[in-house]
Amino acid sequence: MTSAMESPEQIRGRLLTRFPDAAVAVVANPGPAAQHSLLLDPTRAVEIAAFLRDDPALRLDFCSNVTGLDWPEREVIETIKKTVPLSPVTGAAAAGATAPGPSAEPATKIVEEKIKRLQPGCLEVVYHLYSMALKHGPVILRLRTGNRADQVSLPSLTPIWRSCEFQEREVFDLFGVVFRGHPDLRRILMWDEFRDHPMRKDYVEPDDYEWEPTPHEAVLAKARAHYPTPAPGAPAAPAP
Amino acid sequence: MSDAAAPTPSEAAHRAQPAPAGGAHLPEISPAERDELRRQGILLTSLEELYNWGRSNSVWPLQFGLACCAIEMIAASMARFDISRFGSEVFRPSPRQADLLIVSGTVTKKMAPQVVRLWNQMPEPKYCIAMGACAISGGPFKQGYNVLKGIDRFIPVDIYIPGCPPRPEALLHGLIELQKKIRGQTLSGPATPRHLRADTACTYPVPEFGEHDLLPPNNPEVWQPPGLARTE
Repeated sequence: MTSAMESPEQIRGRLLTRFPDAAVAVVANPGPAAQHSLLLDPTRAVEIAAFLRDDPALRLDFCSNVTGLDWPEREVIETIKKTVPLSPVTGAAAAGATAPGPSAEPATKIVEEKIKRLQPGCLEVVYHLYSMALKHGPVILRLRTGNRADQVSLPSLTPIWRSCEFQEREVFDLFGVVFRGHPDLRRILMWDEFRDHPMRKDYVEPDDYEWEPTPHEAVLAKARAHYPTPAPGAPAAPAP
Repeated sequence: MSDAAAPTPSEAAHRAQPAPAGGAHLPEISPAERDELRRQGILLTSLEELYNWGRSNSVWPLQFGLACCAIEMIAASMARFDISRFGSEVFRPSPRQADLLIVSGTVTKKMAPQVVRLWNQMPEPKYCIAMGACAISGGPFKQGYNVLKGIDRFIPVDIYIPGCPPRPEALLHGLIELQKKIRGQTLSGPATPRHLRADTACTYPVPEFGEHDLLPPNNPEVWQPPGLARTE
C-alpha cells in the first residue's frame, strides 16, 4: 500500500516547488521501521497541511495520531580533526629528540579538537497522517518550537484535521505546547488548576512516596530519601 | 423451622432459662447455644443481633464504577455470579440510598475529590470496599504522578480485595467478610461503630485541586505514611 505513495523526499520536492520560501527538511529514521518524517516550517505549516490534505496524489484526509516530544537542552561534544603547524619550540625539541639537524619542511601534525556545543532544547509535535481515500500512509509531520520556555507556540492543525483537537489538547496538557488557532485549548487530562507539564523531562513529581517491599532503581533512591538507613547499632525508628 | 426428629431438648435450653433470683441479670448465652436453641424452634435474639442481621443482608452498593474492576463488579451482579444471593443486588444510582461504596478501579487524582464527595453524600451507616490493586495502593500506577496511591488516603476502608482485577468470587468473598463485620458491630459500649457515636463526623474533607498535587495529598486523620526504617 505504501509502495504507491511518494517517498518523503518526493513529497518534500513537491512541497518546495509549491512553497518555495518554506523550509522543509526530511528527518531520517535510522531504525528498521525507516519511517522518515518531514520537519516543517511552523509559519507555513497550516498551508502545507492543507496542501497535503487536498493534493490529489496524496489526499491525506485522516490524522490518526498527534504526539509530543521534549528535547531538553544538552551539551554535544564534537571531535574535529585539524592540521596545525608545529610550534617552533616543540618542533625543535621533537627534532632534537629524533633526528639532529634542522629540517627543511615546516612540520605539521593532526590534532583532534573537542568542541563543546550547547544544543538548544525544543518541544516537538509529531502528526501521523493517512489517506482513507487512497489507502496509503503514514506521512509523518514534525513541528518544532523555538525553545522550551517562552517560545512554545505552534500553529494548530485542528482546522485542517478535526481529529487533532483532543490530541493537541493532550500535547498542550502534558508538554505545554500552545497551539495557535485551536478552537478549545484547555487541559484534557490534568485538572485546570494544575501548573506543570508532566511529560517534560524536567518535571518533578509530587513527593508522595510510600514504603514498598521491593524498591529498585529510581524507587530505591526515593525509598532511601524517605526512610534513611539507621546508624549501625541504633534501634529501628519507631513507627509514628 | 424446628427439627422434629431431634431426640431430646438439649442441655442448652435448660441453661438458657432465666435466672430465678435477681431477675435483672440474664445469664450469658453463647452463639453455639443460641444456634442449638434455634434448631429446637426457640428463637432467642437481641435487638443488636436483629438489627445487624437485617443490615448485613441488605447492603445496597452504590452504582459506581471506575475502571476494569467495575466490569468484574457488573459480572458479579449478573446471573452467573448473582450478588443478589447476598442481598446486595440493589445497586443504587443515588448515594443517598446506598450503604456500600465499592471503589472499583483506579482513582485518579482528578477523580479523587468526586469519590470523597460521593462518600460524604452517603448516609450512615456506610461501608467502603477497596476493590483491586489500584483502589488499595495505586497498583501498577503507583509510581505515576496522576493516580491516587490508595483511596484509604481520604476515606476509611472496611474491606480490601486484592487482585488485578479481582474475580467476581473475590468480590463476593469481600462482601461476605463485610457482612461478618456488620454482624459483629455493637450498639453500645466502647467499640460502637462510627455511625452510633456523637463524637465522630460522618463526612470527610474533600481535597482540592492544587497547582502540583491534591491539597492535602492525604487526610492525616484517616491515613499516615507508614513509618518504617530500612535496615540494609
